[in-house]
Amino acid sequence: MLNKDLKKITEEFNSQYKQIAGRITICGGTGCVANGCMKVYEAFQAEMKKQKVTFCLEISKECQGHYLSLSGCQGFCAHGPLVTVNDIFYTHVKPEDVPEIIEKTVVKGEVIDRLLYHNPATGDVCEHKDDIPFYAKQQRILLKDSGRINPRDIHEYIANGGYAQAKRVFTEMTPEEVCKEMIESGLRGRGGAGFPTGKKWDSARLEKEPKKYIVCNGDEGDPGAFMDSAVMEGNPNAVLEGMMIAARATGADEGVVYVRMEYPLAVRSIRAAIKQAEELGILGDNVFGSGQNFRIRVMEGAGAYVCGEASALIASVEGRRGMPRVKPPRTSSKGLFQKPTVVNNVETLALVPKVYEMGAKEFKKIGTEKSSGTKTFAVTGHVANTGLTEVPMGTTLRQLIDNVAGGTTNSDGTINKDAFKAAQIGGPSGGCLTKDQLDLPLDFDSLKSVGAMIGSGGLVVMNEHTCMVNVARFFLEFTKNESCGKCVPCREGTDQMLSLLTDIVEGRGTMETLDTLEELARAVQKTSLCGLGQSAPNPVLSTLKNFREEYIAHVKDKTCPAGVCKALAKYRILADKCKGCGMCKRACPVGAIDGQVGKPHQIDANKCIKCGNCQRTCKFGAVTR
Amino acid sequence: MTEKFAPVDKVLEEFNYDSSKLIPILQHVQDIYSYLPEDVMRYVADKLNISPAKVFGVATFFAHFSIKPKGKHIIKVCNGTACHVKGSSALIDAISKKLNLKAGQDTSADGMFTLECVYCLGACGLAPVMVMDQSVYGQVTPEKATALIDDMVKQEAAHAK
Amino acid sequence: MENTAQKFVTIEGKKVAIEGERNLLELVRKAGFNITTFCYQPELAVFGACRMCLVELEGKGVVTSCTVPPKDGMVIHVNTDEVRKLRRINLELLLASGNHDCTLCEKSGNCKLQRMAKDMGVTSVRFKSKNVKTQRDCTSSALVRDPSKCILCGNCVRVCNEIQSIGAIDFACRGYKAKIATAFDKSMCESKECVSCGQCARVCPTGALTPNSAEVEDVYKAINHPTKKVAVHIAPAVRVGLGEIFGIPAGVSVDGKIAAALRMLGFDYVYDTSFAADLTIVEEASEFIRRFTEKDHLPQLTSCCPAWVSYVEKFVPEFIPNLSSARSPMQMMGPVLKADFVERGGKREDLVVVAVMPCSAKKMEAKLDKFYVDDNPDTDHVVTTVALARMIKDAGIDFANLADEEFDHPFGTKTGGGVIFGASGGVMEAALRYAAAELDPKREGNVIFESLRETKEFREAELKVGDIKVRVAVTSGLKNARKLLEDVKAGKAHYDFIEVMSCQGGCVAGAGQPQYEGWKIRKQRAKGLYADDAKLAYKSQDNKDVMALYGRVLDKIGGPKAHQLLHTHYKSQKEAK
Repeated sequence: MLNKDLKKITEEFNSQYKQIAGRITICGGTGCVANGCMKVYEAFQAEMKKQKVTFCLEISKECQGHYLSLSGCQGFCAHGPLVTVNDIFYTHVKPEDVPEIIEKTVVKGEVIDRLLYHNPATGDVCEHKDDIPFYAKQQRILLKDSGRINPRDIHEYIANGGYAQAKRVFTEMTPEEVCKEMIESGLRGRGGAGFPTGKKWDSARLEKEPKKYIVCNGDEGDPGAFMDSAVMEGNPNAVLEGMMIAARATGADEGVVYVRMEYPLAVRSIRAAIKQAEELGILGDNVFGSGQNFRIRVMEGAGAYVCGEASALIASVEGRRGMPRVKPPRTSSKGLFQKPTVVNNVETLALVPKVYEMGAKEFKKIGTEKSSGTKTFAVTGHVANTGLTEVPMGTTLRQLIDNVAGGTTNSDGTINKDAFKAAQIGGPSGGCLTKDQLDLPLDFDSLKSVGAMIGSGGLVVMNEHTCMVNVARFFLEFTKNESCGKCVPCREGTDQMLSLLTDIVEGRGTMETLDTLEELARAVQKTSLCGLGQSAPNPVLSTLKNFREEYIAHVKDKTCPAGVCKALAKYRILADKCKGCGMCKRACPVGAIDGQVGKPHQIDANKCIKCGNCQRTCKFGAVTR
Repeated sequence: MTEKFAPVDKVLEEFNYDSSKLIPILQHVQDIYSYLPEDVMRYVADKLNISPAKVFGVATFFAHFSIKPKGKHIIKVCNGTACHVKGSSALIDAISKKLNLKAGQDTSADGMFTLECVYCLGACGLAPVMVMDQSVYGQVTPEKATALIDDMVKQEAAHAK
Repeated sequence: MENTAQKFVTIEGKKVAIEGERNLLELVRKAGFNITTFCYQPELAVFGACRMCLVELEGKGVVTSCTVPPKDGMVIHVNTDEVRKLRRINLELLLASGNHDCTLCEKSGNCKLQRMAKDMGVTSVRFKSKNVKTQRDCTSSALVRDPSKCILCGNCVRVCNEIQSIGAIDFACRGYKAKIATAFDKSMCESKECVSCGQCARVCPTGALTPNSAEVEDVYKAINHPTKKVAVHIAPAVRVGLGEIFGIPAGVSVDGKIAAALRMLGFDYVYDTSFAADLTIVEEASEFIRRFTEKDHLPQLTSCCPAWVSYVEKFVPEFIPNLSSARSPMQMMGPVLKADFVERGGKREDLVVVAVMPCSAKKMEAKLDKFYVDDNPDTDHVVTTVALARMIKDAGIDFANLADEEFDHPFGTKTGGGVIFGASGGVMEAALRYAAAELDPKREGNVIFESLRETKEFREAELKVGDIKVRVAVTSGLKNARKLLEDVKAGKAHYDFIEVMSCQGGCVAGAGQPQYEGWKIRKQRAKGLYADDAKLAYKSQDNKDVMALYGRVLDKIGGPKAHQLLHTHYKSQKEAK
């Protein structure tokens, strides 16, 4: 039962907030942490003390001066650390920049031009976040707050309208109405398969069993995906509120947030939010006076990608090996401890309060007919602005890459829109999209129709210097290692697919290898027990379909058109370019290069181990592969 | 015997001897011992009333559990092709001898060092390559490797004082 | 007239009624398509790992039939092109996954993987053989593990956990490294949990887990020894199992053919363990009468199943005082035969005693230190039913057409009480037959304890003699036994005498018997024993040769000499914690 009304909390927070003179927000997302934002944060504290600028680290009765806080991930990871002073947005901030920022921007309100974002395409200087195309072209419903508020202060979340929807569903709506609204919103699970959230809730609601669970799946394990960690770190309360609404919808009284152990920041953030929510009486007995109890605990995963699969996740929460089980029964009727359980992923749950805030009808207006709302994409690879984005479902791949992510880049980082070769979407379970599919709307069904998958929303953009066979092999290596080992097609099939792909990239493949690979991939897809195995062949099948000529080049001509596959490389020294400096000879670890000073050198192909040192050391571009 | 496992008892108590909490229990236990010793796993199984084979199964399923003790310092020797032809085997032999490692053993008896062989660290130009903790060393000779270990031992001794 | 409430599934155009089948696979099998699968066992939880029971379900595509509950109106195709292709590719994956060198495998001829490859006509595999070189674990006298032949169907893990509640083995590691392992990957003989019941081997579809058959060679050696005499005795359950291997229907007792075959193999004396079973009853039931009268550690627990005894010693040592001190029939037979041999002027070590058992745990039992006298074991060698069949085949004996022969006397003489030892409930029934007559000598006619025969997991009966009531219970499967003991401990169950067999269904279902699936075969085998029973004397004390032994070799029932030869002691194997 709430100790203090939400309105009262909001009023108190707002009156205290008025005491501060200004706000300095430093992005504390994992990407910025890796870029050294904590040093910047420390520098701000030390320097403000030195310059005798009053500041505070939390909003309280006594707070005054400048409010310095860390936010969750702001998504512009390639340009971090990010510092916002009031509404002036600085990128690439280093600790040595801090004295100047305090002196000029914090104290005098002056803008330091060199720290602003300069649009490489237009040369424009962007003073505010929203001036930057990366932000301007997104629709940040979910991520807006996580880049702005202090995730460690529940009061700020409440002052921004937080928990109002949880309160509403507990005090003004019946579980049936809550489910109905969710069904109408058309929200589909953001974890992979896109199952309608409302339908999932409703089937759990209809279960007679009095004990039910809500599980938040934060076992985001796709290489290249980090949206769930960003949300848990940056807006943990939204996740908790989503779980509360799900609890109201289904009648659950216990929740579990399952977080990867690799996300220590997310774990701390969620734990802190739970503690604060319990202290305020938001979580606990008799939620909002409804008579229903709801408590949430955190469980840290122990390192198994397959635990992203609901039944495997449940097995590990129950203290067992994370091996998926056969269905039926579905988890909504027999889940955790054999009780009805709703498993929703982080992003889905964090969107839930937004659905009720906007109303199902308004929410449904975003996105496409069958895929409503926005979707976050972690865009990485050969693009200018690698980072975390949020766009309406149905945005085309071209819009996302060119407008938001700043365009495809060459391997040296220069923007070159024509360099685009493919985009791998949905991580190890997804597929590759080609140039021809640049105008494909990104939504559940369109992607499925081309053999790809939205997955959790990892998007890796690849330029011409990427070997698609090698990419497929990379993902297969991942799934092979992460297969739980229970069913035959996944355990043995991924291993054999990898072995066939290795044959291909190492020059042992034949056309028959391709046929076997394709047949095996289809069998693994069709006969595996769980989603991991069923989708593991997607990278193979989609590259086989879209880049078949590249496979054929590997097996027939024994060449790698992208020049990536080491074993197929044939290092040669171009006699006309070689000056005989001997650099390559010294760099060769195996003594495969011979030649007299001043005369063209030669590589003994029998000795060469294709390490590439010669090519890297040659200053004259005389070594080719 | 019970005294020996007193820290484990504390963890078990914290989790109310609930076998469904096996994974967090093992996580906490591993924090204590830095790995999961056999007798501790057996003890946990007994106290939770589940089979030791099940505990072993869980401990070997998840990547974060280690059933072998790891040394305080991790030495990785690259055994990729380039390093191999440049004599990484001799390096491995020298380090094993220095640490008094028997066949199949990868951690020194004093728990100070663990030797791991890895494939291609991507620094073929510096072959053979060895990584101790976070530092990368190139063109390592057996003498250089043993000297690096000696340095670390000295540092540890100084630290201990 | 068709019952309108009846629900049907159409399988390859044939309407098949749904009659409580738990999944499509059972229905498909009922329709006559006996699809080979690896991980499906009717008595175990559905695992869904082998992906071999694929069928096409109209409207849904290819599904694993073991995971789909039957619904009215479903239309199923069993052998479509696609289904066959997918099954084959999964089979090829398995064939490439390990060491499947059929000719050099214990299980050759009785391996599901081999059978499936043969039936599908697989002569080449498109995938690289991983041919993992793992060490065979032959450390246990009872069971051999060969991980390189394991296809990870998990049957062994489930039977050990779900039916036996032991959990001596489980899955370990993950993905392509996944394997079945004992706790901490110890060898079988180091396992502190394994009780050698061998049910894991009974459900293993390949040669990954088999009863240890190395002793067969020792038996040949003994037979061919110039001076030693070899006595062989066969357990009751063997006679109703062995025939299956030679095409004789399950449950037909082939004791006469076995006696003939054993002589042809060169054994000097051909005996029947049922004789010792009668002896066991005389000792164990009279022990019970004494303990019942003196209220000494009741309920008394039977002690003829070595896996069960091992279970008590390893898991519930507090019940050791309740175990009957009577040895198992096999361990009574050995010392009696040897004592008799010595009596007749032979040297103990010149008589080699071979026991043919339906069991893997018996191999472990024979090797226990306590059953050795001056380095000479009471039972020299134990071979399983299946291993005996192999010897018969190896010798070229046309078993199915052998004329019946008699067992040698006196140690081949038996009553029905001895024969029914092979079925769950048999020991208790035989004991009650004995006790009823001892406690109430005036009783007329035979009391048949039908309620103890295998109908359900827990059975009980009451023997009334005047105003004395003896309450007995029978169960099989160690999980059931665990539950029964928990109830006894908690004061929820009150019995005076409890029979436990570690294999569900008793010895007829032992790991040394020909492999079977489901309940049907084991029930037929038990039926076969009761059919033999009906032809024999009713109670163990009617075995004149047994009674003659007292006086000649053993003095009186329960006396010091009997104790020396026929009784034993137990020791807790549970680790002090």
